Amino acid sequence: MNKKNLKHYVVMLFILAYLFIPLLATFLYSISTKWQNTILPHGVTIKWYGLLFKDFRFLEALGRSFAATSLSLIISLLIMIPTVFIVIVYFPKLEKIMNILVMLPFAMPGVVSAVGLLKLYSTDPFPIAGTIWILVGAYFIVILPFMYQGIKNSLKTINVQDLMEAAQLLNATKAQAFVYIILPNMIKGVMVSTLLAFSILFGEFVLANILAGGNYETVQVYLFNKKNESGHFTSAIVITYFAFILILSGFIIKINKLINKAES
Amino acid sequence: MIKKQDKVLMYVGLIPFILIILAFELLPLFSILDSSFKSANGTYTFHQYSAVLQNAFYLQGIKNSMYISFYSSIIAILVSFLGAYSITRLSSRVREKVIMLSNMTSNFAGVPLAFAFMIILGYNGLFTILFKQLDIELLQSFNLYSGIGLIVVYIYFQTPLGILLLYPSFDGIKEEWKEAASMLGATKLSFWRYIGLPVLLPSILGTFSLLFANAMGAYATAYALTAGNYNLLTIRIGALISGDIFLNPNMASALAIILALILMTLTIFNEMMLKLRKGQYDE
Repeated sequence: MNKKNLKHYVVMLFILAYLFIPLLATFLYSISTKWQNTILPHGVTIKWYGLLFKDFRFLEALGRSFAATSLSLIISLLIMIPTVFIVIVYFPKLEKIMNILVMLPFAMPGVVSAVGLLKLYSTDPFPIAGTIWILVGAYFIVILPFMYQGIKNSLKTINVQDLMEAAQLLNATKAQAFVYIILPNMIKGVMVSTLLAFSILFGEFVLANILAGGNYETVQVYLFNKKNESGHFTSAIVITYFAFILILSGFIIKINKLINKAES
Repeated sequence: MIKKQDKVLMYVGLIPFILIILAFELLPLFSILDSSFKSANGTYTFHQYSAVLQNAFYLQGIKNSMYISFYSSIIAILVSFLGAYSITRLSSRVREKVIMLSNMTSNFAGVPLAFAFMIILGYNGLFTILFKQLDIELLQSFNLYSGIGLIVVYIYFQTPLGILLLYPSFDGIKEEWKEAASMLGATKLSFWRYIGLPVLLPSILGTFSLLFANAMGAYATAYALTAGNYNLLTIRIGALISGDIFLNPNMASALAIILALILMTLTIFNEMMLKLRKGQYDE
């Protein structure tokens, strides 16, 4: 490491310190007994985590977040993979329309789409506000840009047109070619966008709070509703949530590396 | 060529997608647009839009949103520019780790982030007490629950995003250019002034517009931090559809359309900048 590089290490160190201090402080706060008017905490304890994991409401909220997120992802994969496949291979002209539909969510953040969704789905004929179903629908749109891009990229990397032609030369039907050739080859690429979508949805608050709220309390809404509890307790929630996301990002990085290795 | 029978089958395969897009993307958008022009008794009117322009409270919300988005994005883009450049100068092993750490924190946003900042910088926050004990006057007057406080928190979630978006564009700056420039007598400063920055400009402007859009649309952080008391455009929309009092979905729709138009402009601007960048590489 020469002198020139040192400067860059210092810059990065400062940025990373800024990014990690809030996390570190929250972690310390979550394992301290009492921490008031002193620089360092009084003592160390895990009782806040104990309290948290004994709180049935927290475990239920965790379960709901899992259910809403996984269901949205499954439906998204089931619909998006065939759709993108059909568009790219058979109707490439439709890609322009797809691009517009896929960009639209960027102009409609949670609080905007909530206005329309609430109006459409809080009364008959589809009174699904306050249930998991309105979240699943709304979440499908939230992750649409990432899923579309991920699926499209992995179809293009495996040269889907050539593969389909080759399979059909060997007398495979279109369905056979899709199930036995295309799907297994694209799975890794799609996995990364799926995990990314998972971490986005798991951290989603606005839609969960406005569309479902107390009727279907997710982890984020639970955390918000605990705002008046002890700061140590809420810190324990924050850290538990973050640890979970961390493990997930670990998976993303691992899979990404595997893909890059396979390609090079 | 595709057989006719196959073609029908392919169209059928697109039906689930079309249905879900209609139900959860296009119809909601249409419904917002429709009700933004509807009066209380169901006739069409421009009343909501003219009310926004005359209502000091809504205008303040829009102004505050712009102000916080602008300052947080400017600072975040400066920090991430320095950061992204520094990353490219690190050894490749360290580089990978640093990017990983930065990406990791990009998941830390919204309600959890607001809570973490309350713990360190709130009224009885760890750092607030530290500043008091060290008697640093400037920092003691800092109020997390104000506009400045929001800017500090927004910078936090904007910076990793900025690094993530800007970092790849530094690949466009070739080492040979620097050598060539210095051989022709250019100083480091003039290299960046006349070559580096102009080449990176589309990426910087594009990233800035995405950061600005990201901040304009943010709701959870401010809502959790100030309990909805700080006047932002998104907070106003949320209060008009899910608050305890003064519900007015038609007004919420008009504000939502205004926000959507702003975000659409920023997204299209970024697309243009991306195309400009691609054009540079193709030559």
